[in-house]
Amino acid sequence: MAKSAVIGAGASDIGRRLNRDPMALTLESCTRAIEDAGLKREDIDGVAAYPGNIVAPVGYGGPQISEVQDALRLSLNWSSSGLESTGQLGPLINAALAVQSGICNHVLCYCTTWESTAQGLASKSGVKPVGDRATGQFAFMLPFGAHSPANWTALYAQHYFDEFGTTREELAQIALTARANAGKNPKAVYRDPLTLDGYLAAKMISTPLSLYDCDVPVDGSIAVIVSRADAARKRPALEIESIGCAMRGRPSWVDFDDLSTMAMRDAGKMLWEKSTLKPSDVDVAELYDGFSIFTLFWLEALGFCKKGEAGAFIRDGKRIALDGALPLATGGGQLSAGRLNGYGLLHEACIQLWGDGGERQVKKQPKVGLVASGGGPFAGCLLLQRA
Amino acid sequence: MGMRILPEVTPATASFWRSGADGKLRILKCADCAQFVHPPAPSCPFCMAGKLSPEVVSGRAKVITFTLNHQRWSPLDDAKVPYAIAVVELDEQKDLRLMTNIVGCAPENVRTGMTVRVTFEKADDVYLPMFEPC
Ligand SMILES: [Zn+2]
Repeated sequence: MAKSAVIGAGASDIGRRLNRDPMALTLESCTRAIEDAGLKREDIDGVAAYPGNIVAPVGYGGPQISEVQDALRLSLNWSSSGLESTGQLGPLINAALAVQSGICNHVLCYCTTWESTAQGLASKSGVKPVGDRATGQFAFMLPFGAHSPANWTALYAQHYFDEFGTTREELAQIALTARANAGKNPKAVYRDPLTLDGYLAAKMISTPLSLYDCDVPVDGSIAVIVSRADAARKRPALEIESIGCAMRGRPSWVDFDDLSTMAMRDAGKMLWEKSTLKPSDVDVAELYDGFSIFTLFWLEALGFCKKGEAGAFIRDGKRIALDGALPLATGGGQLSAGRLNGYGLLHEACIQLWGDGGERQVKKQPKVGLVASGGGPFAGCLLLQRA
Repeated sequence: MGMRILPEVTPATASFWRSGADGKLRILKCADCAQFVHPPAPSCPFCMAGKLSPEVVSGRAKVITFTLNHQRWSPLDDAKVPYAIAVVELDEQKDLRLMTNIVGCAPENVRTGMTVRVTFEKADDVYLPMFEPC
């Protein structure tokens, strides 16, 4: 049986404070993805969404699947959404499995966020517990002023810095590379040049992470179509060659066994266990950069370098630049192109593999792309291969 | 610190959050395999057999990582920044960890590896375990 594949992709308008209805953004990306795949909406028989409609944090979720189904008058065999999955890409991984199982032919997958507008309306940010008190694992975190994922991530970054001697100057290369690439992407939200001095002078958020180590909330929606590779019509199929979604440690920010890596350690290992390809086959990598340190952890988890060596691996930025051996964040990543919960990175991988990157296109046409999303106890990754 | 978000107190977690009333820290311990278990769980994840009961611990710990938070996350937040958030490992058992604040010293002086001891901050109906240099 043919592998599952991405056969079309679409993006809505993406930006800061668009003040647009999240449903309108979602329909924009979904109709573009369906058209991009050469399909009609009657062809769609499955929908997967990350995260679907959720209460908190405000603006993090988009419309629920039933609203999208009704707006497009879809006739569905299957649908799935939610946060309780293997990283943000979890619903898309589920879609690939649904296609493989034969219960669906064409799954519309979308991720919508309107955090930028929602935060403007609410004039506040950070994770808030629903109700007065913190519950679950957050009951053991929020009372200590660890309000934000920035704090939880900073604890890992400091542990990693202490263990391996990594410096802020090295970490800076993630933000600087993303910004340099964003300058060549007309849809990126922050395109002005960023220098190392500018990075180092930025406001500290939670040591050792400063402003440019944190991604930027935006409004936007991404959609892709997942089908069997032999069902591709307009676009060359991007076969899902391998999936990594293992979680072998304790699923906890505080209690994960190694505070110098995260759940991506296990997801990355599984990706190669399930593939005949190897890290040196990857032509372009879109690794999650919700916080810059996540990218270092992903580089190590995916075997691009050894544990503790990611700082040296990216030190002068040349290796990970657009013309380097392993181009990263080619569209600007989440740091400069906006927090689209991994789906912006997925979209960019598709663009690169289809050769549509314009000024930011990796010159030697990429054949194999890696997409990885997640941080903390939350990770999933995909290896895409152009048919 | 300013206005804190307090933890929900459940039957499972009450012994932990109310422990500080007498100045002592208590962690659930398994009657069979003698392992400490935290966060509170309904059964011992080590042996899946023993009954868990709160046991007084020394309150001594080591900072295994920390961060100085400089950001105000809400207009309602009147905390003095920066403040030190840490993960400490209790002396009693490897990987027996708490997230906490390091108090009783300038935040800039907090270091990985420093030894600390528990001190409690009462807030409404809970006693939050904080740690200070010892
Ligand atoms: Zn036991």
